Amino acid sequence: MSIPLITVLGRMTLAFLASIGSVSSFAFQAIRQGLQPPWYRQQILRQIMEIGYYSLPVVGLTAIFTGMVLALQSYTGFARFSAESAIPNVVVVSLTRELGPVLAGLMVAGRVGAAMAAEIGTMRVTEQIDALTTLSTDPFKYLVVPRLIAGIITLPFLVLIADIIGVLGGFLVGVYKLDFNDVAYLRNTMDFLQFQDVFSGLVKAAVFGFLITLMGCYHGYTSRGGAQGVGMATTSAVVSASILILTFNYFITEAFFAR
Amino acid sequence: MASPKISLRGVHKAFGPKKVLQGIELDVAPGESMVVIGGSGTGKSVLLKCILGLMRPDSGSIKIDGEETADLSSRDRARVMRKFGMLFQGGALFDSLRVWENVAFGPIQSDGMAPARAREIAIAKLGAVGLGPEIGDLFPSELSGGMQKRVALARAIAREPEIIFFDEPTTGLDPIMADVINDLIVKCVSDLGATAVSITHDMASARKIGHRIGMLYEGKLIWQGPVAEIDRSGNAHVDQFIHGRAEGPIRMQVRKL
Repeated sequence: MSIPLITVLGRMTLAFLASIGSVSSFAFQAIRQGLQPPWYRQQILRQIMEIGYYSLPVVGLTAIFTGMVLALQSYTGFARFSAESAIPNVVVVSLTRELGPVLAGLMVAGRVGAAMAAEIGTMRVTEQIDALTTLSTDPFKYLVVPRLIAGIITLPFLVLIADIIGVLGGFLVGVYKLDFNDVAYLRNTMDFLQFQDVFSGLVKAAVFGFLITLMGCYHGYTSRGGAQGVGMATTSAVVSASILILTFNYFITEAFFAR
Repeated sequence: MASPKISLRGVHKAFGPKKVLQGIELDVAPGESMVVIGGSGTGKSVLLKCILGLMRPDSGSIKIDGEETADLSSRDRARVMRKFGMLFQGGALFDSLRVWENVAFGPIQSDGMAPARAREIAIAKLGAVGLGPEIGDLFPSELSGGMQKRVALARAIAREPEIIFFDEPTTGLDPIMADVINDLIVKCVSDLGATAVSITHDMASARKIGHRIGMLYEGKLIWQGPVAEIDRSGNAHVDQFIHGRAEGPIRMQVRKL
């Protein structure tokens, strides 16, 4: 124990602040480049397929089991107060406000954020990013901006689909296991649902889409030193995106619902 | 000598305490092929990246066609970059794109050429490096190292650049393929009438593709001269390097066994 605790703490704080600074300037540069042409439409479409379409199975599975377990868990709770009729509403509000965007965000962070960091990181260490520059193509515009745009556009759609599938999961458990009337279940779901419940979830989704792709691109773009560097970039991309999702989730919720 | 195509004056670059370039002075005339030799880790790649604009030198002047490029804005940088072609050491082919799309990348993405026309050009350039049109539809990972190098060369010359850079063009190739690449480089550079700057530690390659040779040692070009004069440079460092001797003024950073 030759290094005093204070020194370690100080170093960690400095490293933390430095990384906030470099992520911010990366994000700023990405947004600035994203606002000026050219836009690589084909790249954007490809990333939308990659982030959106190919994430559907994993997000759908997450959503349906989440909806099912929500219905089951809230039943065991609410039955004690004979308040079973609140279950459809609890399921849909928890899904649209919280679980849809957060769980979809975390799943996509694991699937897409990691892949992005690995792909861009490999391009970095094999000089493909330098090669882009020598071919007069801005790597920010060609690699980073299409991914950010695709993330911001795609995540809300994914979350909307997750909301619907999640409600379906709750409906299946409610009707076939807990003996709800199917029409009553759906009516209870829709009657108490407010526009803001869904809308706040979709805003979260767009923000999460930005955070996931930003972390994937940032860690890939700044990776150094061969296979090990790319591996570290992949891990950092997933961990930092997940933490940012949970942090921003709280603050967006507060902005929407704190009175 | 006509006004130089590339002109470096007092270029310095350091990474933290490690001083890599310590005052590079270099002029390359139009149409000339300059080869920079030097041991591993002497800063050859850094020198190339500074001229290309992939790295910013700490101080000094880098002029292309008399225009100062050390502190250009990104828009002007793109305009200057249009004059350049670069063959990377590992090829740096885009592995998500087919071979012809790699070669046609510059014409399509940066010059806005129609894909059908760019494809014709790509096939023609592949032909110029001895690859048939059927190669165009493969992915880079399906090619051997020598073929990847040739595709990378085709990509570097696709936009008919005024200046071409070669980063260790023969590293990792067998001697015969290395000589094939050397021949192609000589042919492509003279066909285009381009200026070339290469870095290598392969003396056979340096003698073949260079008009002039410069030796980089401890951050400076310690000797420059025509290829024919390298064997009587009178410089002990150069002699040691071109004959590949472990004994001499250049000490490798290794411990005695």
